[in-house]
Amino acid sequence: MLKTLRRAGPPLLLLAPSLILVGVFVYGLIVANFQTSITDNHTAAQATGREPSVLVWFRNYTDLLASQAFQHSLTNLVLYTLVFLVGTMLMGFLWAWILDKPIRGEGIFRSVYLFPMAVSFIASGVVWRWLLNSNQGEQASGLNRLFQNVGLDFLQNNWWNNVTFGITAIALPAIWQLSGYVMALFLAGFRGIPDELREAARMDGANEWKLYRHVLFPQLSPIALSALIIIGHMSLKAFDLIMSISKPANYQTKVPAVDMYVFKSSFDYANSAAVGAILLIIVAVVIVPYLMHLHRQEKQ
Amino acid sequence: MTTATAGAVPEPQATVPSTPTGTSGRSVDLRRTPAQQGRFTMARTLRYAALLLFLVVVLIPVYVLLVTSFKGTGDATPARAWSLPQLWTLENWQGAWTALSPAILRSVQMVIPAAIISAFLGSLNGFVLARWRFRNADLVFTLILFGMFIPYQAVMIPLTQLVLGLGIPSGIPSLILLHVVYGIPITTLIFRNYYMTVPHELIEAARVDGAGMLRTYWSVVLPISVPSFVVVLIWQFTSAWNDFLFAVFFSSSQNGPVTLALNNLANGALLQDYGVSMAGALFASLPTLVVYILLGRYFIGGLMSGSVKG
Repeated sequence: MLKTLRRAGPPLLLLAPSLILVGVFVYGLIVANFQTSITDNHTAAQATGREPSVLVWFRNYTDLLASQAFQHSLTNLVLYTLVFLVGTMLMGFLWAWILDKPIRGEGIFRSVYLFPMAVSFIASGVVWRWLLNSNQGEQASGLNRLFQNVGLDFLQNNWWNNVTFGITAIALPAIWQLSGYVMALFLAGFRGIPDELREAARMDGANEWKLYRHVLFPQLSPIALSALIIIGHMSLKAFDLIMSISKPANYQTKVPAVDMYVFKSSFDYANSAAVGAILLIIVAVVIVPYLMHLHRQEKQ
Repeated sequence: MTTATAGAVPEPQATVPSTPTGTSGRSVDLRRTPAQQGRFTMARTLRYAALLLFLVVVLIPVYVLLVTSFKGTGDATPARAWSLPQLWTLENWQGAWTALSPAILRSVQMVIPAAIISAFLGSLNGFVLARWRFRNADLVFTLILFGMFIPYQAVMIPLTQLVLGLGIPSGIPSLILLHVVYGIPITTLIFRNYYMTVPHELIEAARVDGAGMLRTYWSVVLPISVPSFVVVLIWQFTSAWNDFLFAVFFSSSQNGPVTLALNNLANGALLQDYGVSMAGALFASLPTLVVYILLGRYFIGGLMSGSVKG
């Protein structure tokens, strides 16, 4: 007992500040948030504690999930995630694939493709809000005007003002910002594959497609999984871009993270907390198996 | 990770003339038939064409930002949206600087301590979890790592109450605390992955010499941690500088960082003054862009560690 303490004591002591902080700010607050989400804390008076809140169990959750407005948020989230994921994976892979073989100027292309990652969503939102202006015809500016200028008038559309698919317009700047990141991941993946492996496959008579299908893709699949998890996880938390391009109260482009903010602003703490908890559950369903998978790999 | 299959390769050094692999592609060219060379240049031209096309597409927003930021009010008609300014002016830049400079200063005051403190905590954690291990160290690591993935919306309501309850002033002090706390998982991850590559012998030697844990950390581990510190500092600097979520919940336009001020500038005015907000967006992005241009190598290092695989 004393020996265990002497061995585990010092390292645990060194970890203690972080463990306490993470314990309180992550795990403790998740519990506290859940507690708020199962009360009827819907008014400013209750939020500030002037009036008591009553336990209502899962009524906030069932009400939210039954409401048309929140269903719209969830549909938006799915659409956004789908477009964001497909867009970044395709662009990222394509860029990495083109840049994989040695080519002069590679560094410049790579840096330019990656630079949007260094910019905040808020700053890029300023310019994309202009680009995605929904005016058409005479009044058109932004991308709609550009389409006119190059004779592609039929591509003009009202972007994020479309009720059903408006959210996918917000995914465009997200793709612009994160494709370079996926490229960097895939490029590292390509470079990690030993040349001998490709040459051996070629000597065995594999054509380019077979080489990719049977040799390179299997080698890249862990990278692709990481990229999917990271981008998917960013997408579920989408907030900044929507706040800067449309307005938080904008029905077309609302997602759960925005609902959470709107509920909080109107002192509806219970619903705000419930939306947060729902987001956590959605993320956990994806992340927990992934972390366990990594944990097992580490043990091997 | 590929040892099993790579072991089956008969002669790694064998030269296959028709494959332009490796970096010595140019010397291989000489051995090609004219037809093969033709196909090779054709393919290369296509690649360049595609790369240049994508380059232009990626740079479109930059063109818009720059051009609009130099336009005067007379140029603001939709018909001239994509044209160069008729009259180049610095008015927007002056306006943006007046509007944003206090917030930029606050952002600087926020990111520097936030990045340094969380880097230091991450380094301590990473060292213990990688090289001064105890039972269940991996479990503790996974539990810390989970904090990186939670949507902060899931803690936001009680978090605002907790920060208020602790009596921490709204604005920069609160934000420093939050960036430090929620930066712990990623900084721990980056340092742990780095320390895993430090040879065991180095630590053991210090241990045999009778150095305790802190002594080993201070005199053996810390001196070799410089590259990781650069990666982590850049990473934390960038993410704290670009953060908007915490800013919107924990500060106001009077005491908040530049992302909040920029968003208010861009969305606040009744009539949207795109010139000023675009100049503002460039101002707000300048620090992270400069870091990216000067230290891009390390920036990418941070991105890679972000992918957990290390």
